[in-house]
Amino acid sequence: MKMSGAKILLECLRREGVQHVFGYPGGAVLPIYDALYDCTEIEHVLVRHEQGAAHMADGYARATGKVGVCLSTSGPGATNMVTGIATAYMDSIPMVAITGQVRTSVIGKDAFQEVDATGVTLPVTKHNFLVKRTADLPRVIAEAFYIARTGRPGPVVIDLPLDVSIDQIEWDPESYTQNVDIPSYRPNTRGHELQIKKAAQAIAEAQRPVLYVGGGCVAAGAQMELTELSERTNILTTTTLLGKGSIDETHRNSIGMLGMHGTAYANHAVNNCDLLIAVGARFDDRVTGKVDRFAPNAKIIHIDIDPAEIGKVVQPDIPIVGDVKLVLQDLLKHVKPRPWSSWNDQIMEWKRLFPLLYPDDGKLYAEYIIEKIGEATDWKAIMTTDVGQHQMWAAQYYKTRRTRQFITSGGLGTMGYGMPAAIGVQKAFPDETVVCLSGDGSFQMCTQELMTASVYGLPIIVAIINNRSLGMVRQWQHMFYSQRYSHTNLEASPDYVRLAEAYGAVGMRVAQPGEVVSVLERALAVRDRPTVIDCVIPTEENVYPFIPSGQTVEQMMIRKDLEQLKAKVHTDSEVWSFADEERVLEQYVETVEKNQ
Amino acid sequence: MATNISTAMLAQLQQRHTITALVENHPGVLARVSGLFARRGYNIESLAVSVTENPDISRMTIVVGGDHLVLEQITKQLHKLIEVIKVVDYTEQPAVDRELALIKVGAEPRHRNEIMQIVEIFRGRIIDMSDKTFIIEVTGGSEKLDKVAELLGAYGIKELVRTGIIAMARGPRTA
Ligand SMILES: Cc1cc2nc3c(=O)[nH]c(=O)nc-3n(C[C@H](O)[C@H](O)[C@H](O)COP(=O)(O)OP(=O)(O)OC[C@H]3O[C@@H](n4cnc5c(N)ncnc54)[C@H](O)[C@@H]3O)c2cc1C
Ligand SMILES: Cc1ncc(C[n+]2csc(CCOP(=O)(O)OP(=O)(O)O)c2C)c(N)n1
Repeated sequence: MKMSGAKILLECLRREGVQHVFGYPGGAVLPIYDALYDCTEIEHVLVRHEQGAAHMADGYARATGKVGVCLSTSGPGATNMVTGIATAYMDSIPMVAITGQVRTSVIGKDAFQEVDATGVTLPVTKHNFLVKRTADLPRVIAEAFYIARTGRPGPVVIDLPLDVSIDQIEWDPESYTQNVDIPSYRPNTRGHELQIKKAAQAIAEAQRPVLYVGGGCVAAGAQMELTELSERTNILTTTTLLGKGSIDETHRNSIGMLGMHGTAYANHAVNNCDLLIAVGARFDDRVTGKVDRFAPNAKIIHIDIDPAEIGKVVQPDIPIVGDVKLVLQDLLKHVKPRPWSSWNDQIMEWKRLFPLLYPDDGKLYAEYIIEKIGEATDWKAIMTTDVGQHQMWAAQYYKTRRTRQFITSGGLGTMGYGMPAAIGVQKAFPDETVVCLSGDGSFQMCTQELMTASVYGLPIIVAIINNRSLGMVRQWQHMFYSQRYSHTNLEASPDYVRLAEAYGAVGMRVAQPGEVVSVLERALAVRDRPTVIDCVIPTEENVYPFIPSGQTVEQMMIRKDLEQLKAKVHTDSEVWSFADEERVLEQYVETVEKNQ
Repeated sequence: MATNISTAMLAQLQQRHTITALVENHPGVLARVSGLFARRGYNIESLAVSVTENPDISRMTIVVGGDHLVLEQITKQLHKLIEVIKVVDYTEQPAVDRELALIKVGAEPRHRNEIMQIVEIFRGRIIDMSDKTFIIEVTGGSEKLDKVAELLGAYGIKELVRTGIIAMARGPRTA
């Protein structure tokens, strides 16, 4: 059959199971848009800025586990997508980004809207292709999808010159094969048997083990295996920001997130453990702080599909290269049950000493809003976030029940990610409740995509945690720059309610805790358009716990008013002071030493 | 300043490794490899690229500085590039390595005999001459080339170019 490159592209996408493409047209992709005009099987979502397209494809991929697809024209279209591609790259998200390119005959001649897209995206893609002949297109697309979704997932760019889309060639669609073989690319998925046995042995011998679980567990779809491991061995489990939901956070074995803004108890647990089992986590500096003081007394098991992650930051005692799901399945064959231990009691004690709490003083706080969102949706809503304080509060207070339910930019920390990501999620799951928790700063980075949500009638709820400030930066200025709040004031901002309405969305405002539930109820009832809720909170709030970057657990800052807050909550229990904490720790270390 | 660098750091920097990467002979592969080194802060001392017995495959010989942990990361990161087929470290196995230098040196008639003797001793060749200069070709290990350059320095080196090391395992083993 004679087909144009553009038609071949769509046919291949269809064969890859692609149902949605997020994109924006332009000269270099006109033939593709012409082919899309009467393509019924692939829905194209017209965005308002190419960065939005990339974030939508990314959100779609994080929610579904499938490869997200975005499309832009050459030049500025391609460069606009770069932030979105880099966001996906840092968090190992499978994505195929198609960029138009000028005709092959003028490449390198500074043609109109020419940019070296493969050059620009080289450091932020798993791989990229410049297609020079239409005949190569089917192979390239198959390889791109294969590379994006296998091994350590990541974004792949296909740069497609205009003439390659136009040219017609003889091609049999049936000849398309999805699973290609690339001899130089064969990821290892099965863990080494001997290493797995060693790991099982280490687990049996450990007195103070902790599971440290990351995005690799999400990518592998190994929530069941991980939970089974935690339950069978009674090893308490902390996750990274990107590993959230790998174990149900309401499970008694979950101790929440670790790291810079992680729970104090998770950080104390890691700091004092004698075995750290890292499952698809990459020892990011937001997690480790000062690396040589991270889990200082622990033997380390490191499970990761990417051999280069092993030894990149820490030298593990037992490295296992493989897919988390397969490795855990094999590990479970060797791991014996362990009872609930006094070590676990110790961690629970830390949890009692340093709970996550916020004041109940009549003011509206982000933490409260997040909890109410959870309660109103039975903790089933898929939450996306932007970047900043609100993101960290969401990580702490949104009790994620499953993987792919908490969607956030971790590695790149891209402000503006949240709303387009929510759009991608809602496109994948039209019937789910999708909430984007945003900040007033972040929201203004991709506001234009509210129009996209509106046009497609997507009922996403955007809760803007409005502190009239670039809160997270302000927090650092507060703590480390003598409260010199240089350029973090956002008092001058639009009226978000009217802005929402201007975009055809529902706009609401809430400033009192008493109003939150009813406002949420109203928002949840809207199913045909987006809702923006302007949540007005105090400016001065800081996120705690907080381990300043490059520091250790010893420098962890806890809310100053934690004791008072605890006194209110645990009226029936003893109230601990910080001096008590030291005593408890000392006692604990003594008993552990005695036992050894 | 040397005073800012500890002796341990110096020792690390001074560790040299010769690695060979077999890569798909595609345009852009060199950019991927050199980009990787730049991005991750690895320190390339020399890099030589050419096609192999198989025209679809190119061979890169890279001399890098760093300790074994750095080398391990380099090897793994190279492997991650889709177009890299194989990476071999020649540091710990019997291998031959060679480099070629072309040296344009001042050659006044009164010095010519001395220069020719040096060239002779190091089994080099004079491949071009003018009334004032020679071009000398020498092959060998890097240290030998350093030595030749040093000796010829006395006569004034006008121009010097070195290919960078290429290496091959001894015996029947192939990369
Ligand atoms: C303002 C801000 C504050 C932050 N604070 C914190 C914090 O306090 N705590 C925190 O945890 N994070 C925090 N982060 C996020 C942090 O920057 C990192 O993004 C995050 O910690 C990385 O998570 P991860 O280790 O799970 O790695 P990921 O980036 O999710 O990497 C996953 C790892 O798993 C591997 N992998 C992928 N697929 C598989 C598979 N199938 N099988 C096996 N392995 C696989 C990959 O090779 C990779 O090594 C913060 C971010 C921001 C923006
Ligand atoms: C694109 C981008 N620019 C700058 C930053 C640096 N930065 C990190 S958090 C933050 C403030 C975020 O403010 P806001 O969205 O209002 O959230 P808040 O911290 O107030 O909850 C900034 C500017 C970033 N992460 N991303």
